[in-house]
Amino acid sequence: MKSLKFLIPLALFAVLALFLGAGLNLNPREVPSPLIGKPAPEFKLPQLHDASATVSRQDLMGQVWILNVWASWCVACREEHPLMVEYARRKTVPIYGLNYKDTREAGLQWLARLGNPYVASLFDFDGKLGIDFGVYGVPETFVIDRQGVIRYKHIGPVTPEVLREKIEPLVKSLQS
Amino acid sequence: MIKLLSSWRLLLPLALCLAALGAHAGEAAPAVQDPALEKRVMAIAAELRCLVCQNQTIADSNAELAVDLRNQVREMLRKGQSQEDIVAYMTARYGDFVLYRPPLKQSTALLWFGPAALLIGAIVVLIVSLRRRARLPDDQFEPDSELPEDPAAAPARPAP
Repeated sequence: MKSLKFLIPLALFAVLALFLGAGLNLNPREVPSPLIGKPAPEFKLPQLHDASATVSRQDLMGQVWILNVWASWCVACREEHPLMVEYARRKTVPIYGLNYKDTREAGLQWLARLGNPYVASLFDFDGKLGIDFGVYGVPETFVIDRQGVIRYKHIGPVTPEVLREKIEPLVKSLQS
Repeated sequence: MIKLLSSWRLLLPLALCLAALGAHAGEAAPAVQDPALEKRVMAIAAELRCLVCQNQTIADSNAELAVDLRNQVREMLRKGQSQEDIVAYMTARYGDFVLYRPPLKQSTALLWFGPAALLIGAIVVLIVSLRRRARLPDDQFEPDSELPEDPAAAPARPAP
């Protein structure tokens, strides 16, 4: 027993290394959102394509829908956009855009050039609704259920893996 | 996947910081109008973490989101809302992570009491082992061969 005492520092080091190693592999940008499982914030915003038409939270009740936060100045949005366009083409779930802190002209041009996957885009010029949704890194994507409750949030560009393994199964289970 | 993520992580703060350069010029004006209000805004902002530049408070950061959140704090103070209201508003949206001083909860107990518990544990171990050592007879210790022989102590030792 006594002869094994010299191993104690080594064991302590191994435990410490394990903890530090696990810490290194965490992504500090992925902050868990307190909004998961909570009702989506109330909103009523003009549409990007038509300033006189609005979309409100109430309008979208009763269906599962996806909110994709985007902006023409956002480089990473361009990365994920083809995936959104492709997903919208399958017509499994309505995707609404939240055009975050953008100008109408730049936003419209961006959609005209890269394709418009959105049923409608909310025009959030001052970023107020973005704050209500806890947005801090565009693009962000939310899945909202029939009762208007936020069920999932993805920060950063949606990848094909995230779409296939997280978003699609969730949407399917919420719709059934 | 990794390449996508890392380029996004690099580019996003850059884009926001560039955008903030433009936004910041317009934000300086209200500060002069009401220095007392501005002082309160900054005091509250110094307690809140900027989620874009995570090691800065929203008082320190010029990221666009930090500017927006400072404006939100200012607006809420103007409406007569208290610091508690504002902190509750921010944590409802961004979670406890926005607080530079995490609240005392079951999930944060280890964070708050861990270091003190470690220190107390270490002191207890030290005291116990020192006491045990003090009770040991002299022949349990190796003689200090490095030190020169003390002639006064020599008769106490058994002759070799």
